[in-house]
Amino acid sequence: MIQKSYTKQFITLSFVLVMLLLLSISSGSVAIPIDEIIAILLGNNSSKSSWYTIILHFRLPKAITAMLVGSGLSIAGLLMQTLFKNPLAGPFVLGISSGASLGVAILILGAGIFGGVLTVISFSSWGLAIASSLGAAIVLLAVLITAHKVRNTMSILIIGLMFGTVTSAIISVFTFFSDAEKIQQFIFWGFGSLGNLSWNEILVFFIIYLISILTLLNVIKPLNTFLLGENYAKSLGINIKKNRNIILIITSLLTGVTTAFAGPIAFIGLAVPHITKLVFKTSDHKILLPAVAILGAIILLICDVVAQLPTSEFTLPINAVTSLIGAPIVIWLLVRKKKIYI
Amino acid sequence: MSSSVTNSIETKMLHIGYQQKKSVSTIQKNISIQLHKGDFVGILGKNGIGKSTLLRTLSGVQDAISGEVFIEGENIQSYSLKELSSLISLVLTERLPESQLSVYELVALGRQPYTNWIGKLEKKDTEKINWALEQTETMSLANRHFNELSDGQLQRVLIARALAQDTQIILLDEPTAHLDMHHTIKIFKLLKKLSKETNKTIIITTHEVNLAINSADQFILLTDKEVIAGNKKTLIESNSFDHLFSSEIINFNTNLEQFIVTKES
Repeated sequence: MIQKSYTKQFITLSFVLVMLLLLSISSGSVAIPIDEIIAILLGNNSSKSSWYTIILHFRLPKAITAMLVGSGLSIAGLLMQTLFKNPLAGPFVLGISSGASLGVAILILGAGIFGGVLTVISFSSWGLAIASSLGAAIVLLAVLITAHKVRNTMSILIIGLMFGTVTSAIISVFTFFSDAEKIQQFIFWGFGSLGNLSWNEILVFFIIYLISILTLLNVIKPLNTFLLGENYAKSLGINIKKNRNIILIITSLLTGVTTAFAGPIAFIGLAVPHITKLVFKTSDHKILLPAVAILGAIILLICDVVAQLPTSEFTLPINAVTSLIGAPIVIWLLVRKKKIYI
Repeated sequence: MSSSVTNSIETKMLHIGYQQKKSVSTIQKNISIQLHKGDFVGILGKNGIGKSTLLRTLSGVQDAISGEVFIEGENIQSYSLKELSSLISLVLTERLPESQLSVYELVALGRQPYTNWIGKLEKKDTEKINWALEQTETMSLANRHFNELSDGQLQRVLIARALAQDTQIILLDEPTAHLDMHHTIKIFKLLKKLSKETNKTIIITTHEVNLAINSADQFILLTDKEVIAGNKKTLIESNSFDHLFSSEIINFNTNLEQFIVTKES
């Protein structure tokens, strides 16, 4: 008895995802008919070669990036909430995104200041991804070490915020010593952007995303025992330290790689897990992980479509859109449901 | 050797307490006890005397300062966490994090040591879960979220989770801490019944001394001076219950076999 089935929800979500993917690809300053888009996606030639280029080299990579970023950040958020047993946890709140920013700042701005090797690395997409993941991991590790000492989750969140502030301050110092061109490059990165990724960079992104997901499949059981607290988890035979480290590494990787390629994107990591938990009404990670991944992709695609400002040639910074759309949704959900869970 | 195999739990010269880097604070010394299958055991003592510490040390969650704990005849150190999880289950006092787990899912987590890599429940697992829910009379709660339950219901659900874990030993830390008299007695009766019907070793820490004296088979008394173990008869004969609390406030009455409040003269 009572093994709930979620097939219906997953089919609906997948359908919505495909629809949004098409909507995202069809929206932009150049109007392309939907049958042409499908033809191009299926590998047929289009009547206009410029359409072909627009779809395959601009819109499709962007839509894929949106999906990877959305689901990556959402999964990272879910992992943080379960690990810290706190609904407020998320890559941003714990300063992990700031850590990733610091990694990128050191690379982009530091290249100007220190020159040499950094300049070479900063041009490679792997370099950006690694620097940003390292930055994320360092802050996460610092939060975790202090978390081990204080244990009180409220203190942990405040400590996370403090680490975030410190990294922002370090970035400010870097900015102060950098020249205008580098600063501009960094500021634009900070607005967040889903475009501008080459297929090569998307491949790097996808490989890291895939490794993370495959590793996560092995920690679904430990994640579920964490719902009972560490002592119960341990008494169920779970090696707390090992699994916590795996979860932390995955979180840093996912946060690091998304931040490297798309800039620091707010809100998604905190909100999507909550929206998912409200929709699916479960805490089982076997259900939550795929659900969060799909819903995260859907929500970022919606944000992307909105950011295009349909029928206009402007594009809003994605970072602004995620917060503008997302925050009201979360507030509305919370006011309606009144209760929030990890 | 053969005698130690029949003991479910045995300790030899066990020192319990907390260790942090160089500083060691020992709470109780020289604990040597033997507990058997089917025993319902009460760990009694005043606040801060080390009941929970002893329970955690017996469960392997906390390390002993010195001395040895034997589970089913083998030193607890020789088991892996995974092996221990099919020998000992826990019911703790700590509040569960606020998740959306249903009662059924919570009890099902007890099957984790036996399920495959993704936690799929096989027929044997669901049978055990249903049995645990029936034993604890929580079947009707199965679809509810655990955080909607009353304290008494939640306690029975947590016991069901421990039962689903299918271990020889169940350790419970103050299982009646937040319960009224009715639910407290209900839990005591349930644990007593389970120890007899399933032949499990069930060990609880409790402040319900009078209830425990009337239902437990064995006692571990933690006093300021020493740790004494035995059954009711031997402990009464040796006047050991007298040392549990300060006699100015509470006295043990041997005729009633109950603790009573000392009348002010």
